[in-house]
Amino acid sequence: MKAIKFTYVLVFAVAISFAATGCKNKPVGVTNIPAQRSGTPGGGEPTDLRPGEPVQADDVGVPLPKFPPDLESIYDFDRETLRPHMVHFDFDSHVVKASEKPKVAAVAAYMKGQPGNIALLIEGHCDERGTEEYNRSLGERRALALRETLILEMGVDGNRVTTRSHGEDVPLDRGKTEAAYAKNRRGEFVVLLPK
Amino acid sequence: MKLKAAWFFTASALMALATFSARAGAKLVVAGEAGGAVPVSISGFTGEVAQVLEFDLFVQGFRITTPEAAQFQITGSNSGNVVGRVTNPLKETILSKSYTGASLRRQAHAFADDIVQVTAGRKGIGLTKIAFKVETGANKEIYIADFDGHNAQAVTRDGVNVAAPTWAGNKFALYYVTYKFGNPVILFHDLASTERRTFAGFPGSNISPAVSPDGRKVAMILSKDGATDLYVANADGSDLRRLTKSREDESSPCWSPDGQWICFAAKIDARRSLCKVSVSGGPVQRIQTAGVANPTEPDWSPDGNWIIFTAQMGGFEICRVPAQGGTAELLVSGEDPSWAPNSRTVVFARRAGGSRRLSLLDVPTKQTKDIPRISGSNSQPSWAR
Repeated sequence: MKAIKFTYVLVFAVAISFAATGCKNKPVGVTNIPAQRSGTPGGGEPTDLRPGEPVQADDVGVPLPKFPPDLESIYDFDRETLRPHMVHFDFDSHVVKASEKPKVAAVAAYMKGQPGNIALLIEGHCDERGTEEYNRSLGERRALALRETLILEMGVDGNRVTTRSHGEDVPLDRGKTEAAYAKNRRGEFVVLLPK
Repeated sequence: MKLKAAWFFTASALMALATFSARAGAKLVVAGEAGGAVPVSISGFTGEVAQVLEFDLFVQGFRITTPEAAQFQITGSNSGNVVGRVTNPLKETILSKSYTGASLRRQAHAFADDIVQVTAGRKGIGLTKIAFKVETGANKEIYIADFDGHNAQAVTRDGVNVAAPTWAGNKFALYYVTYKFGNPVILFHDLASTERRTFAGFPGSNISPAVSPDGRKVAMILSKDGATDLYVANADGSDLRRLTKSREDESSPCWSPDGQWICFAAKIDARRSLCKVSVSGGPVQRIQTAGVANPTEPDWSPDGNWIIFTAQMGGFEICRVPAQGGTAELLVSGEDPSWAPNSRTVVFARRAGGSRRLSLLDVPTKQTKDIPRISGSNSQPSWAR
């Protein structure tokens, strides 16, 4: 009985995977157009939504501390101490992956061990596979996501943590490979030491 | 803070000695309005003047052909000054004019504008300007130039990252983003006086400025409240308002020509889409872009009819959609389009060999032409209008 059920499930799974991948035997004389979804920011299907639909807004965000833009004039930047904890992101995503959380936890532990006047700057970066201002917003969104993780999940004082986006302007690797892009999609932690 | 860069905008006093004999007789049907380019012939001009005439007409929906095949014949000379004449298919002279002052180049642009006006009934773009970003290695600066890329001048010489230049309504001034102070802040830069001041320097990132057509308000993306959202303020910085509240990354605002709506790129229910919101607040509404994915970088045409944008679909495609939304039309590969004041020509960036360069697109005919490149990578064009 159990075996029958298992077979049933197996057949079903095979059918599903076939439906998902399509037939493996390509017809002769047909040019295969690569799917648009590979490497597509947003990962979505073409948008085909009804226009004029009001969208619900939710109240979000942990406000940033009132730091001035010229952080460099009041803090010395220590880029080395937390460099090993640089966090990487999936393509077109600002989700802090579970696999990256231990790095954020290490940053939280470090900050909790420092005097309250030591602050933290999180810099968000993107790969080049988006338009420029799109990436500048996405980079900021990544930095904010890391900040929220530190504050809401790990109890770091939000008044010590601020953000900055570099968009796609400061890649670590100028290569055009997936490996290079993966390196560039990142959040960097900079310790701010009062001058 | 003041820029040492001393450069001057010559208000090009073109003294046109007009011997305008527009015979308002035979009503001509102008071909090409439905999409085909208008055939014209050009003869008698040399060097730079001939090049300017051909370029200007090409990017405004004309194509150059032989006198026999031409709908309009353009003749004249440029020994000393530009002298030009245009005849219609009935061999009637519809424009006869000579130009003086400024440079031969500007005289040729002025003549091209007159040709566009008399043959198509549209205002030409020959004397308009663009602003853009130039990247040379790690160095990025803001430049302005004539719309065809000539007479380029550096606006910034800060040696830091800069981004997103945009014209301040009809003022000879720009807003742009600089990393000069550390975090990205939005500057206002008066190009006549070279004075500049911080417009938005809030905590976090201050990015993507967009000025209302009357120059009185500026939309932008700020993160000071803990989310990358759309804000609007008066041009003096007062009356700052938050227009969106979302956990996603809004980007690239632009204005409807009546100044009532701000269109921007957003992500809603896990889907990237174009949206609009009233400048006085209220619900965010989607603008349908059926047929393409991941729209960004919208720009609303000055006549109000179209929104042009970049679809990110592996590569980058310039598309347009009716301003109320609908089915998107793919135009050409490229990104960050900006309308000319004629609601017809568009400047955009395209990636070529690891860098970006600027091109012009005549939307109805889909004719494109690269403009000369300043060293390195050129991107983020904004057309003064």
